[in-house]
Amino acid sequence: MARVLINVPPTAKRGQIIEIKALISHPMETGFRTGPDGNLVPRNIIKRFTCNYNGEEIFSADLFPAIAANPFLSFMVAATETGLIAFQWIDDQDQVQLETAKITVE
Amino acid sequence: MIRLPPRTRWGAAAGLMVLGLSPAFAAEIPLAERRSGFDFMSRDSQALQHDDTANPGMLLVLDGEMLWNSMAGAAGRSCADCHGAALVSMKGVAARYPAYNAEHRRPIDLQGRINLCREVKQNATPFAWESPELLALAAYVAHQSRGMPITAGEDPRLQPFIERGRALYEQRQGQLNFSCANCHDDNWGQKLGGSVIPQAHPTGYPLYRLEWQAVGSLQRRLRNCMTGVRAEPYPLGSPEFVDLELFLMFRAWGMPIETPAVRP
Repeated sequence: MARVLINVPPTAKRGQIIEIKALISHPMETGFRTGPDGNLVPRNIIKRFTCNYNGEEIFSADLFPAIAANPFLSFMVAATETGLIAFQWIDDQDQVQLETAKITVE
Repeated sequence: MIRLPPRTRWGAAAGLMVLGLSPAFAAEIPLAERRSGFDFMSRDSQALQHDDTANPGMLLVLDGEMLWNSMAGAAGRSCADCHGAALVSMKGVAARYPAYNAEHRRPIDLQGRINLCREVKQNATPFAWESPELLALAAYVAHQSRGMPITAGEDPRLQPFIERGRALYEQRQGQLNFSCANCHDDNWGQKLGGSVIPQAHPTGYPLYRLEWQAVGSLQRRLRNCMTGVRAEPYPLGSPEFVDLELFLMFRAWGMPIETPAVRP
């Protein structure tokens, strides 16, 4: 499991615009580099990242080889209701990781 | 002349000037003009370092915390079993490293100290230099000193090693025939290939370098500079590197630790 730092404010006022940040530990190997043996290092990048807010998709991104290692994604969303914000991403080795954060809206 | 930590040295310098002698460290950066590499970075990079949820170095600090608490070696002990909570026991430790090791009769740096503990106290194989595990533990330990002033080099037994580090710092080397001082004392703030030359204060190591896309140690950074001037770098963990590290920390005396820093 790759290490990840998720930053979601624990509480927000209804309708407030909040910033969500996700920092994922991942090599983001481009597939264009050669290893010490002269052969290409196989590509291993996060292909797709999605974020769901109480089951509804609020953000998604397709990632490409030019994105640096340990990608940092940040986006804004209006806090509408108390619930769960779920983050999911998949890489070239088809490893799927899911992280969640709770938010209380008052 | 006995070298004292910079604050005391300026007192000594004033004394020398009264006597009509010129201080031997005229080319050094005056205390008031010392600046961390942080100040030379773009605002975006500074923001990245300041926000613990955006600073990629924190990923390794968290790995280090896990390693600190996990058992290793034949002794079946974790770092925490002896040292307790790093939050308390490791506070300020990185600020005084490289420190004198009585057994080896020479200074060892933080990574060397961690590996020594691993070998002697945990009966485990030492981590390879620059391995993610060693960097993670070093970053975790150094992180506990964040904001504290550097106090390396206070032990009088370190004096000859600081001098040796200073000599290496001032010695011209490589095909380009540059010393560290040629850039970092005489030309800091100028540009080298589009990048600003910082003053070479090692305040934030191990740090996340955007160019590396990874966390690296001061020794890796020194290797980088040495290959830059086309000199043959010393092997990782060599006494030369530790002396140089010691001199640089001593030179940054009083500046706050930033680990894990972010640098371009």
